Amino acid sequence: MNVSGFATRLVALTRKETRQMLRDRSNLIVGLLLPVVLILLFGYGLSFDVTNARVTVVLEDTSPTARNVVAGLHGSPYLAPSWVASMAEAERMVRAGQTDAILRVPGDFSRRLAAGDGQLQLLLNGVDASTASAIEGYVSGALAVPMQQQADRAGNKPSGIGAITIVQRMWFNEAGESTWYLVPGLIVLVITLIGAFLTSLLVAREWERGTLESLFVTPVRPLELVFSKLAPYVVIGVIDIIVCLLAAKYLFQVPMRGSLWVIILSSLLYLLVSLGLGLFISAATRNQFAASQMALLVSFMPALILSGFIFDLRNTPLVIQVISQFLPATHFMGLIKTLFMAGDYWPDILRSCSILALYAIVLIVLTRRSLAKRLD
Amino acid sequence: MSDAEVTAVARDLRKSFKGPDGTAFFAVDGISLAVRAGELTALVGPDGAGKTTLMRMIAGLLKPDAGSLSVLGIDVAADPQLVQDRISYMPQRFGLYEDLSVQENLDLYADLHGVPQEERKERFSRMLEMTDLARFTKRPAGKLSGGMKQKLGLACTLVRSPDLLLLDEPSVGVDPLSRRDLWKIVQQLVDEEKLSVIISTSYMDEAERCAQVFVMNKGRLLASGQPDSLRSRARDLTFTATPPQGTPARELQARLIDRPDLIVDAVPKGGNVSFIRREDADDARLRELLNGVPVEPRTEELEDAFMMMLRQQEEQEGGTAAKPARDAVAVETGSNGDKPVIVVRDLVRKFGDFTAVASTSFDVAQGEIFGLLGPNGAGKTTTFRMLCGLLPATSGHLEVAGLNLRKARAEARGRIGYVSQKFALYGNLSVRENLEFFGGAYGLRGNALRSRVAAVLEQFDLAPSAQSGILPAGYKQRLAMATGLLHEPDILFLDEPTSGIDPLARRAFWRTITSLAQGGVTIVITTHFMEEAEYCDRIAIQDAGEMLALGAPIDVRKQAGDVGRDMNSAFIAIVEQGRAERDRQKAAA
Repeated sequence: MNVSGFATRLVALTRKETRQMLRDRSNLIVGLLLPVVLILLFGYGLSFDVTNARVTVVLEDTSPTARNVVAGLHGSPYLAPSWVASMAEAERMVRAGQTDAILRVPGDFSRRLAAGDGQLQLLLNGVDASTASAIEGYVSGALAVPMQQQADRAGNKPSGIGAITIVQRMWFNEAGESTWYLVPGLIVLVITLIGAFLTSLLVAREWERGTLESLFVTPVRPLELVFSKLAPYVVIGVIDIIVCLLAAKYLFQVPMRGSLWVIILSSLLYLLVSLGLGLFISAATRNQFAASQMALLVSFMPALILSGFIFDLRNTPLVIQVISQFLPATHFMGLIKTLFMAGDYWPDILRSCSILALYAIVLIVLTRRSLAKRLD
Repeated sequence: MSDAEVTAVARDLRKSFKGPDGTAFFAVDGISLAVRAGELTALVGPDGAGKTTLMRMIAGLLKPDAGSLSVLGIDVAADPQLVQDRISYMPQRFGLYEDLSVQENLDLYADLHGVPQEERKERFSRMLEMTDLARFTKRPAGKLSGGMKQKLGLACTLVRSPDLLLLDEPSVGVDPLSRRDLWKIVQQLVDEEKLSVIISTSYMDEAERCAQVFVMNKGRLLASGQPDSLRSRARDLTFTATPPQGTPARELQARLIDRPDLIVDAVPKGGNVSFIRREDADDARLRELLNGVPVEPRTEELEDAFMMMLRQQEEQEGGTAAKPARDAVAVETGSNGDKPVIVVRDLVRKFGDFTAVASTSFDVAQGEIFGLLGPNGAGKTTTFRMLCGLLPATSGHLEVAGLNLRKARAEARGRIGYVSQKFALYGNLSVRENLEFFGGAYGLRGNALRSRVAAVLEQFDLAPSAQSGILPAGYKQRLAMATGLLHEPDILFLDEPTSGIDPLARRAFWRTITSLAQGGVTIVITTHFMEEAEYCDRIAIQDAGEMLALGAPIDVRKQAGDVGRDMNSAFIAIVEQGRAERDRQKAAA
């Protein structure tokens, strides 16, 4: 192959693709604006944290000890305690949806606490199970310290066996902030989006408009077509990756414990996979509508649902786990989350990156094949 | 055989595709030919002849199933890229990038073909001058008119001088003026650069300009040779008959074409009827058929020879595609005496600042065949849509079947039938299901619906259980007409009904139109085939929204002056006179 011919044609085709991309406003909206919207939406709008959970305290024991213990609730940023006089009133509030939980301090609380057997009753509104269990955690966390202090102050020595206190500690995401694991996942989603919504139209559009037939009968080689279609969207992808990383660091203060260059390099690798998948779907379907539907179905939706972005894959049925292992998004999702929150763990980086590289190569080869200059 | 003399050689070439009904059919069925270098070669044949498939095989885009094909001495099937590096190919629908400007499109193709920068300047300015696109280099290709797009496509194909130029029906869907311009460019390049060109076309007048002609039909090669030698096949068989005063030529034409045992072909022309007799026709019976109308011999044309070949092939294969639909039983139309059924006064339609139709007035009488002609973008379609009540007029008076379209649009629609340009029926329904559905949409039900469906099925010779989507083009056309006639309308509107169907099917189509008109139905029709205007009682020629000519075909030709030998040149002359006039007015203003 003549090298200078290759370069001239590649430059000409890339220039053409870039012009087409820039002149179609909807491309830029999807490529640059939608990622920003997604970042803001997922970063601020979607959070599994419970803040200002309404806890209604029924204080049947009015002793200073009881008050001291319950005061611990005020120290938690996640809870908004309120006080009512009677259990009946509190129950009414649960039914009316005015509170999420009742904390009942029984009349004999201080007495039993002194005896080493202090008990509180926590009633949770189980309609939203995940909120309920989060509140449970916050309340017991908020009460554990004052309870212990009170018990110590009482000079209570546990009778016989030593009292066991469980001190929980969450690793990597100490505060249990959901933005910490959502934002790295967002990078996966944004990169998937460019492939699914932009490159999936490129070849199909040329088939539909009949431009490929004219292009085929020129010295153009199929690989030049593939590269020229990837190039402008790689640029868009890089911009999006930078925006995501900046947002992660400065907007959401997500820690970046792995090396930045590994994060960027693996993102670029996944970008190639995503663009390649879109392009292959486009070349195989030859129809814009079918291509965008297909891309949504095999690329974007699985990346959203099956990659471990929201749901932990280990809790899913075996079939889903097996399917998810075939998705490049799953491998990149695991990698990017580890890189952000745990740091460089080389065996994992090498394994995931080789899988991604393999996908990228296979997809580009397949696309090149489906662009073989034939109409039959 | 030396490569210098021959540019493409095919031996027993075959290519099959899966048909719409799932069975394989041969689009190219055993073709052998040798195309000489340095001249203009035509592939002629009706739609579906296999021209495009052959072109694509030559361009290396399709792999032959069997046979051999060598282009520029290279086996295309084995090494298509080597051929593609040296040839230029303009597909039927040239893929311009509509969001790129004229110049950017040219640059792209020049880069792809590796045209050196120093050659470009001269080549581009020459191409832009020839195509008259120099003024528009910055305009996006999508904003050019149809004819200009086609010229730009040709310019992009010709950014360098190729070893072989393939043009696949460059003049399809292009108006006569743009067609003439395209040919001028091609002719000039052949003369100046000794270019080898293969051009496919369904126009005989285009084939006549070529050095070598290959006639194709249904995947086979019917004949080949120089236009002169092909033409001579019809020698001494061609005549002109003059109908008696007061009868339209198409009625005599209908009488002649109904006798395939004596007559090969008959078409109305300039108020007379051009016909070809069969060589073996019995003289006495021919005289009887002509019934004393004056008959003069005329010079044979390529078209005559072509029609003879098509008929011959069809008879050998026992084909029925061209069997005309049966005569319509006279439709009982609400006769309103001499009052015209369509009255148009000062009709105007604007889209924003753009005037698509400017102050147009005409009448159409009952039972008349009225043709609307004009180049691409002339305002035909807009006028047509307003007449059918699909588009409201900006101003002016519009009366159809005695009803004012401004006030009684729905009622007026019940009196008209409309056959659109594209096949607008449901492809996966059977013929009967389509008819029943559209009958219901027109408000027919019960016995009335059943009897009308039965009537049109018989009239158009349609098989009720056939799936509509896989009918041959000519039959789809019939089904569309049958649908438009279900509710026995007074007026039938046909928008380019004959594009995409072969000449024999077109004859059959016009035979049906003639009998409908005899039955009292008024026909309004648009067409790209200028010779079809001869079937009309009156025609109107529009350009840039203005009415340039209105009258009987023969009068319109007289208006064109000396050049009005045939409808095509008359049309070009009238449109050009109109444009010159407009430029003068603009200059004066």
